[in-house]
Amino acid sequence: MTVETRQPPKEEHPMEKLLRMDRIPHIWCSTCGLGTTVTALATALAQLELDLDKVAVVSGIGCTGRVAGYMKLDSFHTTHGRAIPFALGLHIARPDMKVIVLSGDGDLISIGGNHFIHTARRNVDITVICVNNFIYAMTGGQVAPTTPITARAATAPHGNFEHPFNLPILAASSGATYVARWTALHVRRLTEAIKDAITKPGFSFVEVIAPCSTLYARLNRLGSGLDLMKFYHDNSIIRHGADMNEVDIDFQSKIVVGKFVDIEKPTYLDCINDGYKRVFGNRYQPYGGANGDH
Amino acid sequence: MKADAKNVLTGAHYLDGNHACAEGGIAAGCRFFAGYPITPSTEIAERISQRFPLVGGLFIQMEDELASMAAILGASWGGVKSMSCTSGPGFSLMMENFGLGIMTETPCVLVNVQRGGPSTGLPTLPGQADMMQARWGSHGDYEVIALAPDSPQESFELTIHAFNLSEKYRMPVLIMTDECVGHMTEKVVIPPPEEIELIARRYTEKKPDEALPFELTDDLISPMLPVGKGYKFHVTGLTHDERGYPVINAEAQEKNVVRLMDKVNKHADDIIWLEESDVEDAEVVIIAYGISSRVVKPAIARAQKEGIKVGEVKMVTVWPFPEKRVKELASKVKALIMVEMNYGQVFLEMDRIVGGKCATYLAGHAGGTVHKPDDVYRIIKEAVK
Amino acid sequence: MATTEIRITGFGGQGVILCGHIIGKAAAIYNDQHATLTQSFGPEARGSACSAQVVVSTERVLYPYVTSPHILLAMSNDGYNTHKRHMAEGSILVCEKDLVKPDKRGKEGEVFAVPATRIAEELGRKIVLNIVMLGFFAAVTDLMPMEALRQSVESSVPTGTEELNLKAFDRGYEYGVALKEKTEIQV
Repeated sequence: MTVETRQPPKEEHPMEKLLRMDRIPHIWCSTCGLGTTVTALATALAQLELDLDKVAVVSGIGCTGRVAGYMKLDSFHTTHGRAIPFALGLHIARPDMKVIVLSGDGDLISIGGNHFIHTARRNVDITVICVNNFIYAMTGGQVAPTTPITARAATAPHGNFEHPFNLPILAASSGATYVARWTALHVRRLTEAIKDAITKPGFSFVEVIAPCSTLYARLNRLGSGLDLMKFYHDNSIIRHGADMNEVDIDFQSKIVVGKFVDIEKPTYLDCINDGYKRVFGNRYQPYGGANGDH
Repeated sequence: MKADAKNVLTGAHYLDGNHACAEGGIAAGCRFFAGYPITPSTEIAERISQRFPLVGGLFIQMEDELASMAAILGASWGGVKSMSCTSGPGFSLMMENFGLGIMTETPCVLVNVQRGGPSTGLPTLPGQADMMQARWGSHGDYEVIALAPDSPQESFELTIHAFNLSEKYRMPVLIMTDECVGHMTEKVVIPPPEEIELIARRYTEKKPDEALPFELTDDLISPMLPVGKGYKFHVTGLTHDERGYPVINAEAQEKNVVRLMDKVNKHADDIIWLEESDVEDAEVVIIAYGISSRVVKPAIARAQKEGIKVGEVKMVTVWPFPEKRVKELASKVKALIMVEMNYGQVFLEMDRIVGGKCATYLAGHAGGTVHKPDDVYRIIKEAVK
Repeated sequence: MATTEIRITGFGGQGVILCGHIIGKAAAIYNDQHATLTQSFGPEARGSACSAQVVVSTERVLYPYVTSPHILLAMSNDGYNTHKRHMAEGSILVCEKDLVKPDKRGKEGEVFAVPATRIAEELGRKIVLNIVMLGFFAAVTDLMPMEALRQSVESSVPTGTEELNLKAFDRGYEYGVALKEKTEIQV
């Protein structure tokens, strides 16, 4: 007689492979757009069937900066604004790995703006995902370089009167090979865009318009996170290949989303290797990084 | 581990301190360099940019010093020995991510070719007034390792030594040279590669599900985890536990900061490198580092000729400060004289440690040139009065 | 301990620093001496007054800067005027004959002048003026054997220009030897 013991199948959350479950629950507010962004990234990585050992995520500081801490990947939570140059160093050391920068608009575009444009200019083969909630959320809702004109922030209590950056045109004009914008509502399209961006050789950029109900919505009396998602639903206009001069975001204006740039261009390392080969011929010792042989 | 044979320029060369420093980096196995031009350090970057394509290294001129420091940390985590160089204001800009390097315990080497400050100061003339910035320039409590070469030959040797210390103690190491040494050209003998001893990075021997990036070990130096091998570890500039996870409370802070400091302090005897001459029966001892430790020698010789018992302690490492040795000396000698190109930075540390046990003198000036031996001689005379 | 302080002066672009480098390297690498080269320059890359200092010694050079040079090698009148006051008593002035006008207010003892620009032009490249100066310097000073300086020239100039530079060196040297013989005969 045989005794058969049957254990109930261990239930595994579909994202368990990609999340540090020992760090869940996360610190983000409910209805924050970061949850869907992380889900989109995790889904994209799963669908691409990448070797997850060879994927690293780098973040700066801020709410989005915390993403690195929740992803079960080699993950680096760096200093404010410096995620991109840190990622550049990591990528150059390990060109065999996919390096993804996920950070916020304040981190990437304000304090890190110089790194953003120069890394795009060089066409370094990394993916940058910018979660744009129009505000500095972690520090309490201060004005950002993306805050729409007239929107209120903790340090713009009477409204912001500075011109904000148009991130797609900034990325494209700096040299990015892939530029897309979606909102946190467009989960499936966002996932596809992240897949495209990761696959794309060169500097690829995805802007995610994301709700911050605790600060941006509250300071501007826009209702709950759900109301913002409803706003995205009613006001997003999908326009692939749009003229990027026309994708500015005004306060509670229509939001043009879509894939704006998808071009082929030699990457930074391609250019370096080709250039030196031309100059030095066989004497050139091609840069191979660490080759993972440590 | 020995140096990579085909990339070491074995032989006698006539090099300035900056070029020698670059060769030291190459001999040490540095293969990633991110920097931003700034006088008087730029020759290091120039030499590296010229040599790297032929030795399998990658040089990148970054958009600024903030990026340079961040990039070498990223590359170091990627497994490549990395360095940068800077001067003056550039050092200030690098302090932010130097702190990240300390916090994340990332091996790398940063060379500061000191010039006169504050602000833009004297770009083409020497100074040693960044010594306290080296010690405390990034925010928070921590310990540093800083070396000071006195010649192009030492610039070569100490760059290798700095890489070795950075790998051994898993932390950024500073080379605090200066414009005089950086731009001074002398004979530099580069030994055969088999005579260049290198310390390899220590990686964990544990499996991914057992290894911790900041494991508490007996020697307080946690082996590193490699990227791309399934360890899927987390590293943060926040106060963290052994797993690298942020822990935001006083207890974790205490543990983390004390371990970072103990890592250096408990190995101080191994790290500290002093070169002493005529100290045994000295009445007065000069303590100096870098170029200052060299230009005091004619003054010492002159005083000794007159029968004055004066010795010298040359600090090859300035940080950690040789507290134990200075205490011993203070109880034996009449006076200690600190000679440095600033108005009393390392002097203050010396004076604090002496604690009144002997007289202390500062031979200091604001930089722009090195000490004249005559000026040092006069202070020796005053100290033995 | 025998120590000789040398200052080389001229305007930026003349190869002043290279001159110093070659002298220092000759002493340190090819003549078993100690030699420390330092340089001072303004922020301008070209045209400004520029000088290189070499301390050559039988022992390790401890104080790296030149204070009162025993030899002043001058390739411009500006340079000469700037530095003549600081020369050691009885020092040697080695200068470009057409560019430098010694005015007796300097402390120099002996003066050796060479029309290095004209010689360099005869060789077809004015740029080798500094190397002609070095050949001449080798002949009129007894700091080190001529071969050490010549070897140093060969290993310091850009690849492909060795022949021209050595020719320039030799011409300067020959001029110096002839001049010295003449001087000695006169004495």
